[in-house]
Amino acid sequence: MSVTPMDATTEEQQGKRKRRTKKGGDEPDHRIDPGATRRAWMLLAPTIAALSLVIIYPVVRAIYMSFQADQHLDPTTGLFVAGGFAGFDNYTHWLGQRCNGQACATGEAAGYFWDVVFITFMFAFVTVVFETVLGFWFATIMNKKFRGRGLLRAAVLIPWAIPTAVTAKLWYFIFAYDGIANHLFGVHILWTGDQWPARFAIIIADTWKTTPFMALLILAGLQLISNDVYEAARVDGASVYQRFRYITLPLVRPALMVAILFRSLDALRMFDLPFILTGGGGGTGHATTTLSILVVRQYQVGFNGSAAISTITFLLVFLVAFIFIKFLGANVVETEESYSRKK
Amino acid sequence: MAAVTSAPADTPSHHKSTLWPSTRTYIGVVIVIVWGLAPFYWMIVTAFRNVGYTYDTAFWPTHVTMDNFTTAFSTKLGNHFGRALLNSVLIGVVTTIVAMIIGVFAAYALARLEFKGKFYVVGFILAASMFPGVALVTPLFQLFTNIHWTNTYQGMIVPDISFVLPLTVYTLTAFFREMPWELEEAAKIDGCTPAQAFRIIILPLAAPGIFTTGILAFIASWNEFLIASQISPRPSVAPVTVAIANFQGSVPHQEPYTAVMAAGTIVTIPLIILVLLFQRKIVAGLTAGGVKG
Repeated sequence: MSVTPMDATTEEQQGKRKRRTKKGGDEPDHRIDPGATRRAWMLLAPTIAALSLVIIYPVVRAIYMSFQADQHLDPTTGLFVAGGFAGFDNYTHWLGQRCNGQACATGEAAGYFWDVVFITFMFAFVTVVFETVLGFWFATIMNKKFRGRGLLRAAVLIPWAIPTAVTAKLWYFIFAYDGIANHLFGVHILWTGDQWPARFAIIIADTWKTTPFMALLILAGLQLISNDVYEAARVDGASVYQRFRYITLPLVRPALMVAILFRSLDALRMFDLPFILTGGGGGTGHATTTLSILVVRQYQVGFNGSAAISTITFLLVFLVAFIFIKFLGANVVETEESYSRKK
Repeated sequence: MAAVTSAPADTPSHHKSTLWPSTRTYIGVVIVIVWGLAPFYWMIVTAFRNVGYTYDTAFWPTHVTMDNFTTAFSTKLGNHFGRALLNSVLIGVVTTIVAMIIGVFAAYALARLEFKGKFYVVGFILAASMFPGVALVTPLFQLFTNIHWTNTYQGMIVPDISFVLPLTVYTLTAFFREMPWELEEAAKIDGCTPAQAFRIIILPLAAPGIFTTGILAFIASWNEFLIASQISPRPSVAPVTVAIANFQGSVPHQEPYTAVMAAGTIVTIPLIILVLLFQRKIVAGLTAGGVKG
């Protein structure tokens, strides 16, 4: 695998080739011709079909289901009745915490729905902040030139490569009462039993696993910055902080924003880690329940009720993505035109 | 398309530095390596530790034994770890091959052809990659129950294909953009059909990129847990992630840590080998796609 045309090229050569490609042989294809459109759609058809079956269909179906009632006990007759159209009942049940027209009793899942929303967003926010700050630091270290960079990069990829299910079990063991974490820090914390320790256990495990990924994305951004810019700034007497604030940060921003967007969306759908590490529990019993865990728990109670939560989750994730792309300038859809313009 | 374009990782960036790092860099390097390896090291040390010394806190291997690996594969306690390994390999390989074939077509169209609606296709595939998997669980569970796909391989492979496709298409598109397409033009002038030109000229050149993408797709499907745990939890078909999450010990409610760590080590080793062999390619692929696997 090691001696292939792609491997052998250095960045310089690839850069030259890119420019050559853009200026040279590509020209005829930039005109849109109907034949190309037809061919393109034929080539894309299997992808679109696969994504439609597993993503579009379930989403549409979930939205439909969320407006249907689950089979339930009729309070007047005491008999089970089939669902039927429910209007916004499922949504008022979760969002308004209403059960059968009144406030939900304690212990009802809907009673802690907003706690779950808070927990999900808190996890996403805290982990992404930690991962961004640490990732930036890791990236600057990895960007330096020294012997053994390959080893460093391999070491950093290990947390990323370990399946989350294994990561969860590993940290479950590290955070065991008699485990190494308590021993190392000389404390006696019930990591998976108490509210905030359980939350921190998940935050720590997630930060451990995903910081490397963040670091690699930021590193890719850092490597696009020419050293000449730093040289020039140094000659002009810019301090380390000024170089970071006025050169590194603005130039790495596009890569950084995309990395933060992807990580945020990923963190908002967090499931495996809390599901296996704490089972969503700790302290109040739902201290680490994310929206994803709530959906899974609820579909055993009723499909339609859980479809409403999954639709809410989907809308929240969509909203966050929208905010990132619209207002924070995360440029994720780069078309061919903007790509060539950049070169 | 993805804003993070692939950059070969070995750009000399600070030309003041030598091959030997300064003390500060050196400390940073050590911290990063400890960060990546320490928990993983602890898993391996525990995997080889006698079960009676589960909570031994010595940093080096003590009470070394292979028993945990025997326990991990034993079916006496209702675990089917060996079977789960086979299931994961099967699911991972089929998912990867199908996703690669479908993805190569799509990536070719996106990297090479200008057509109406391209922006929307890119947006659609991107949206699919951002999708919370849990939004699909309930309807898919119902659908698969109706068509008798629960506890089947296809019930995991089909969703897995869709989950890895966005990543596959992105990464491949980024790789395809770097191809010397003038060679394809030349081949066409020499009388090749577009399909021939692609197969004979471009595909061999794109092989490293396709291979890298395949690794990423395989790792993604190897690590999948949500759909498998909900739709196909039966041991005869369940993958390793599910088997490890549900691992039973001899004492109820007591985690058989050492055996689980042994199982975790076995599951992780193929990935570590891939990472060690192909770390440069994996990094290039990850940052080209900009999507988490």
